[in-house]
Formats: sequence, structure tokens, C-alpha cells
Amino acid sequence: MSHNHPELAEKFASNVERMKWHDKALWFVRVKRDTQAKSLDEWEELRNTADKIKSHTLSHLDEYLEQFEKNALARGIRVHWAKDAKEHNEIVLDLLRSHNAKMIVKSKSMLTEECHLNPYLEEHGIEVVDTDLGERIVQLRNEPPSHIVLPAIHLKKEDVGTTFEKFLNTQKGNSDPTYLTRAARAHLREKFVGADASMTGVNFAIAETGGIVVCTNEGNADLGASLPKLHIACMGIEKIIPRLKDLSIFTRLLARSATGQPVTTYTSHYHGAVEGGEMHVVIVDNGRTKILADKRYVKSLQCIRCGACLNTCPIYRRSGGYSYGYVIPGPIGSTLAPSRDLKKYYSLPFACSLCFSCSNICPVKVDLAEQLYLKRQDVVDAGYLSPIKLNALKMATWLMCRPKLMDFAGLMARKMVPILPRVLLYSKFNLWGKNRELPSFPKNSFKELYKAKKGIK
Amino acid sequence: MSSREAILKAIKEAKPQNSESALPEVNILHTTYEDLDTKFATTLAGVGGNAVHLDSLSAVDGYIKEHYKEAKVIVSTVEGLHVNTKELGATDDPHTLKDVDLAIIKGEFAVAENGAVWIKEADARHRALYFITQKLMIIVPKEQIVHSMHEAYTRISFGDKDIFGLFISGPSKTADIEQSLVIGAHGATEACVVFI
Repeated sequence: MSHNHPELAEKFASNVERMKWHDKALWFVRVKRDTQAKSLDEWEELRNTADKIKSHTLSHLDEYLEQFEKNALARGIRVHWAKDAKEHNEIVLDLLRSHNAKMIVKSKSMLTEECHLNPYLEEHGIEVVDTDLGERIVQLRNEPPSHIVLPAIHLKKEDVGTTFEKFLNTQKGNSDPTYLTRAARAHLREKFVGADASMTGVNFAIAETGGIVVCTNEGNADLGASLPKLHIACMGIEKIIPRLKDLSIFTRLLARSATGQPVTTYTSHYHGAVEGGEMHVVIVDNGRTKILADKRYVKSLQCIRCGACLNTCPIYRRSGGYSYGYVIPGPIGSTLAPSRDLKKYYSLPFACSLCFSCSNICPVKVDLAEQLYLKRQDVVDAGYLSPIKLNALKMATWLMCRPKLMDFAGLMARKMVPILPRVLLYSKFNLWGKNRELPSFPKNSFKELYKAKKGIK
Repeated sequence: MSSREAILKAIKEAKPQNSESALPEVNILHTTYEDLDTKFATTLAGVGGNAVHLDSLSAVDGYIKEHYKEAKVIVSTVEGLHVNTKELGATDDPHTLKDVDLAIIKGEFAVAENGAVWIKEADARHRALYFITQKLMIIVPKEQIVHSMHEAYTRISFGDKDIFGLFISGPSKTADIEQSLVIGAHGATEACVVFI
């Protein structure tokens, strides 16, 4: 079944107050990001260098993965390879079973969301506790995350309050963020101490040293991974960076772009297991090599999952994460999802005004808007566009190929629209007049103005 | 064919043939600060921590007695302090650290641009200490402070025996509920960096 962004966006936007609040909350994060970016004269140089490192790495990806594996193995870290989500989930389950793990603590990993690991493990009798506060909130509510960095950004504190009342026995009606965070801290501490194994994502895997880096603010990944004997870290093939010192670029960009902080609270470099424990890294393809093969979209593999493109996107801010129907929403999701399944996610490249803010803000210079523009053409070529839109485009093409007729149509519009009664002008057929006033119509066309100015007859 | 081979083969066939994409140098010209101590202290305060300058380790003993009166269980990896109530190496099981009120650990150097301190203690038996403790104090030698992460990473390496190292910038925090910043998520609720 295909997924319809406009329909779901409309649903989200029908609560106007909530929509405006969501828009503002994310814009607040964007402004914090700007303050951080502007505090460094070298910001653009950082972006350029990050882009070059990632682009170089992708064109030598096999070599760096093999180098990483060799160095990780030498350190006693076990390395696994998974072609797809199914194999990834099976590897994780096997590891957990071999350690007789019944309950695991997990920090944020968009990869495990992509693989639908939680439901798979739960079906097999393993209790999975998401430990990032935002993720725990949505997990208790049985919802997916709506943002890759701020998983519960769609919720108000009152929503969290009622959720915690139900699951954590907090005071009725108390929705103070500090109170609720303390309650979650107490609740999750029990889980941390009781867990049989831990899982984390990977922000960066260093080929040169064979270690991985995990960045968090809450300390949940680290607390989780430092107590039990088993630590499983899952990464997509594109998470690799060549050298340890490359982190000097990425750690300066990541948190500043994500939340407007100078760095995350914890930037942990894991190069081995805890005393007497085991550390495993699962390297996952799951469709990434398909993107690698397509020159037009290969840069989407450079993404470091900071979420800046979500925060800046005028569509995301007003339509919410769930309107995308994919594990990663926003501009980056709108290219990754159709790369996975064009038919199902055909509407996402159109969830974009081509304002290019995402391309301009991306810390690793993924050409997001350019990709969405190309994806739209893929959708049309594949015949997935709705007949209404397709016919409208065909009519526009027909008209634009006939300049005289086009001029006449323009003249008629300029003459007629201003004298049409409102009832007719703002009828349901005019989507441009929905929730907004049309601009006042000029007397002359652009062509006429241009000719007059240039003195062309 | 194993999945490993299949993935590597797929990458070899798919990867961009980009001859001009050389690996760039990372030592770019970066912002520096006139007064490193002040910049570090302001940045750390901005992320919820605090920086203190003391003369000697014995002054640290005094500072702890004065400022952490309620701390009952104290673990220190710093030699020469006399406030320990528990030895980190004495336990096989890091879970027994769950009652630690204050941990005092060694930082190698501080980073002015982001308030972080680099920690890589080869002798600390349980890394869990850094995260499970309620409050954290990091002791850094005076003058061991760099401008930026570029300088920081020139001082970092991972030898064969090194298994863990991290930057800590302030106490743990979250803004997952309505973007309201709350200090003290899962890790330390306070982080004090002491230069001596």
C-alpha cells in the first residue's frame, strides 16, 4: 500500500494550535543551531571537510570496513555482517540467547528501528527497554519516534504526565518536566541495574583503531553498556570513518547541528568490552549498497543523523514526523524512503517546497533538495503520480508549449480573478486559496514588464 | 557466499569511482580563545557544570568536605585524596557501585570550545563509575587545556591495551520533554571540573 503524506499532514495540521506549537518548538532548536554555527568562523570549512571525508570514505567503503574489522578483531571485539534486517535481528537474538539474556537495555539506534528489532525480540520473549528518555516515553505509549533526535517532540508535557501516571505511578496531574525526568531516572536505574545485556547504536566506527564512538546527552548508552557483560552495537555500513582524528571534524559538527550544543555530554570511544565481558559489532547493509550504486543519491549515505534538516524544514515542522510514515522523517527520510521503496513512498519527495534550507544546513552537505527534485522525476517516470496531479502537469506542459495561448490565459486571469466573487474564488477547487489570501493580481504580465523595461517592442 | 563476502562484493561493484576524492587533512584553521580558562569555565557553566581552581590535592579534600556534605559513598580514582569510602578496584561487579554518591576521577585535559574533559583511565577497573555516580568531580592538571577538538584529537590515541576513553562535557541532561532542559538524566546530576 502506498503512503500518502498530504493526507496524514492534514490530519496533523487540523489541530492548528498543536501544529503551531510543534513548528515553534523545532524552530527554537534551529535557532540554537544557528547561534552555535555562527560562533565559529570555520563553520563552512568544517562542513566542506566533513563532506570530503564522507565522500572519500564511500568511494573506498569496502577497504575501510575491512580495516575496521581487522582492527576490531585484534582488540577482541567480535564482528558480524548482516545483509538485511532479518539477518540483523537473527544475529542479535542468537547473541542474546547464547547469553541467556531475558531483559536488555537499549540506547537510541535508528538502525534497529529500521530493522523493527524491538517487536522481533519481544515476540521471542525478550524484554526490551529503550533508555533514552524520549524513546522510553514513546515506547510506553506504543508509538514510534517522531523525530530522529527528539523522539517525543510531538508530545506535550501533559501527555508525558498522563503516560507516566499510568506506567510509573507518578502523581496525578503533575507534568513538571524535572519531576517527570526524575521519575524516569529512578525507573530506568532499576532497568539498568537489572539488565542482562545492552545494545547501542554507533555514531562513528573508526577504521584506523577498530573502535566505535557513541554520543549521548543523557548517559543512557554508557550506563547501559558498562554494567552487563554483553554489549551489542549495531551500525549501517556507512557509519565508518577512516581515522581517529576525523572525529575532530564530526564532533564539532554533530551536536551543534543537532541541538545547538557545543558537544554532546558524553562522547564515548569504545575499544573493547568491560572486564570479563564481550563486545559485538553488527555491520548492516539492508539496502544501503543499492543507494551506493546510484550516483544521484549516494550522498544520502553521508548523513550523520543530526536531525538539522528536520528542524529547518517548513513542511516537517508543520506536518509532524508521523506524516512521513517512515522510520526517518523529514528531508533525509524523504530521499531514503523512496530509495527503499519508490511506490510505497512516492509522495514524500513532494513533501517539500524546494526551499533548499535542508541542503544549506546539512553539516555533511548531503544534497537533499536536489535529491528530492530528482526523486519527483523518478516518481513521474515510474507512473506513480496520482492521475489528478499527472493531468494537471500535462495540461500545464501543453499550455506552456503554446506561448500565445499562455499569454492569453494570463491576461484573462489578471482581468477576471480580481472581479470574481469570493465564494467562487475561494471554492474548494482552488487549493491555492485554502487557508490563505491570494496575492493581488498585477496589471501587466512579467513578459510585458520585461519588454517595457528593456525597450523591446 | 557468506554475508560478509556478499556485502563487500556488493560495495566493490557499487562504490563511486571517484578518483579525485582524496582524504582531506583535518587540521583546519580554527577559532582560538584569548583566555582558555575563562572560555572553558563559561562554556562548562553553559552546559550545567562548574570549573574550580585549587592549589593542591589537600585543598580538594577540604573542598569536598565543604561542598559534598551529604555524600556518603565516595569513590576516587585519584591518588592522594583522603575522602574515599570505597575502593573501585575492590569489587568484581560494577553493579555494586549503584550507591556511589560522588566519584572523583582523573581528566587528562580540558577543551575550551565545548567544556569537555578527556578521560582515559587505564587503571580504573569499572567504567560504570563515570555514569552511575550521582555526582562527578574531574581533576585536571592546571595548564592542561586546549582550544578545540582539533587540538584535542592530536593528543588522543588508542594503543593495543586501551579499551575505553571519553569526553565528558558537564552533567547528564535531557530536553526530551517539551524541549525543557533538565539536568540529571541517567548519569551524573552534577559535574565539577577541578584544575590543580
